[in-house]
Amino acid sequence: MESVLGRYRNLTILVGVLFLQVLGLAVQVKRSADAENTRLIRVWAVDAITPFERVVVWAQNGTRDLWHNYCFLRGVRAENRQLKQQIEQMRLDQVRLSEDAQQAHRLQQLLTFKEQVIAKTVPAQVIGSSGSDLSRSIYIDKGSNYGIKPDMAVITAGGIVGKVWIVYASTSLVLMINDQTSGVGAMIEKSRLQGVLKGTPDGAVILERVMSDEQVVPGDTVVSSGGDQIFPKGLPVGTVAKVGPGREMFLKIEVKPAADLNRLEEVLVVTEKQERNEVVDSGVRVRAADILAQRLPSVPEKPAIAAGAAAAKAPGAGDADAAERGTRGEATPMTTGGISAKPQGSRQSGTQSVAKIPDESSPASQAPKKAVPKPATRDPGLNGGSADAVGSNDGPAQTKPATTPPPVTQPNTPSPATDDPH
Amino acid sequence: MPITYTSGEQIEVYRFSIPVTVGVPLLALFLQAFVPRRFPFFSIFDLPLLVTIFFAMARRNPISGLLTGAAIGLTQDMLGTYPIGIYGIAKTVVGYFASSLGAKLDVENAGARLLVTLGFYLLHAAVYFTVARGMVNMTLNWSWVHGIVAGLANAVLGVGLYFVLDKFKQRT
Repeated sequence: MESVLGRYRNLTILVGVLFLQVLGLAVQVKRSADAENTRLIRVWAVDAITPFERVVVWAQNGTRDLWHNYCFLRGVRAENRQLKQQIEQMRLDQVRLSEDAQQAHRLQQLLTFKEQVIAKTVPAQVIGSSGSDLSRSIYIDKGSNYGIKPDMAVITAGGIVGKVWIVYASTSLVLMINDQTSGVGAMIEKSRLQGVLKGTPDGAVILERVMSDEQVVPGDTVVSSGGDQIFPKGLPVGTVAKVGPGREMFLKIEVKPAADLNRLEEVLVVTEKQERNEVVDSGVRVRAADILAQRLPSVPEKPAIAAGAAAAKAPGAGDADAAERGTRGEATPMTTGGISAKPQGSRQSGTQSVAKIPDESSPASQAPKKAVPKPATRDPGLNGGSADAVGSNDGPAQTKPATTPPPVTQPNTPSPATDDPH
Repeated sequence: MPITYTSGEQIEVYRFSIPVTVGVPLLALFLQAFVPRRFPFFSIFDLPLLVTIFFAMARRNPISGLLTGAAIGLTQDMLGTYPIGIYGIAKTVVGYFASSLGAKLDVENAGARLLVTLGFYLLHAAVYFTVARGMVNMTLNWSWVHGIVAGLANAVLGVGLYFVLDKFKQRT
């Protein structure tokens, strides 16, 4: 026996080393549910590699900043960056406001709804990747020291990027949406068709679980549905690039990500989401415009000079402006105090926009709602708790509107701010 | 002076200083993690694999080769999101066979290195594919075109890289 082992020593050691690795791999695959527990060995590897990346990024940025801020155009760079941040914030606000406006219309059919909006973000810099073209993940330079936690959404101004996968002290590993193990609740913005956004082995992004009899055309915008409980609803995901038949009775929808996943430099980690619950008592007549006005942020009080100038403006001019903006479909700036600042008369004269909340017993409310098909088994690609969240029916986005419209009076004007066209 | 004799042909065995033994694989891993963020096409290369092949062929010792491959592969696994061991197994196999081949053949010239690197790239891809699909249940599609193109790209880069790394060789 010893002579055999001695003769085939190299082969024996090879088999032994391979066996150990296969054993370790098997244990990890079996314990895949404990993915949130960061293995110490990963921490060591990341601690060994990321300092180099940090130094290179720091040197790169330092040199670039020195050139741009002092040698090339002093101050302009900083101002530009500030403006870009402002634009990013405004884009987020725009997305939120647009979603709010659409949701206000759908509120006419709903009694309760729940949604999450972005409350706080932490900017982070991309310092590296996993180093494999099969694993689509990136390292960012912020970790638990900055309040980053696993499963936090990572976005850019363009669209969603991925979610935080593993958190270290000063770095985090982000699983991008084009990784084949990722899963994001998404929907077509126009038709509100929901599906699951997944990555493919070659780095493409596809929207799954949309029935083949649905109408989806290239160019349609895809946004997050909020169903995965990670990404707030309404964030841009991408646009439909290609539609074809998929497996079973579903479509295979190829999506072009809104964010350039190959050239990420700076991202935002959503560290805090605000959940808003609004309950509308059944049987109470509520106007969609009133609900929208409550939900939109109010403009801070203007200084005395501005207030005086506003007072000097001809009475009714503001309403005319609002009406004009409303007919163009633009968001109307809110008056101070939201609903309380609205003229009392508009409440009475705006009868056309009164939305009657459908009674539980009304035929429309009992109309069969076409829900997104929920996978019978837990989808491993949805990573933990997200799987159950997608397709759950806890909000307006979880169900498609009933085919038969409920007995509500639709507002004639596109914007709630113009509910009183007179 | 320990010299390996194979089929009557004298083949030199090389060794490397500790900084090179540790630093070059770490540098390869760092570059592999960092460069593709700036230049996405770079992800087609597998620098840790090239370093594994180089060290294994230069040392001409199967045990040393497989351990080098295992260490580099496992470290590469640790930087990703998938279970640790997929790259480890693939590079262990490559390290073993590269050093075994190095002990039998003279693979010092550029043409031989090009072919050997292409072959080992495909072997690495095949082992990775088998383990990833068979054990981890990953969805991977085998593409001969992609494999050969990526293999050739790695082989060309490898020939240049080996030429640079040859400078660090020390005769035993």
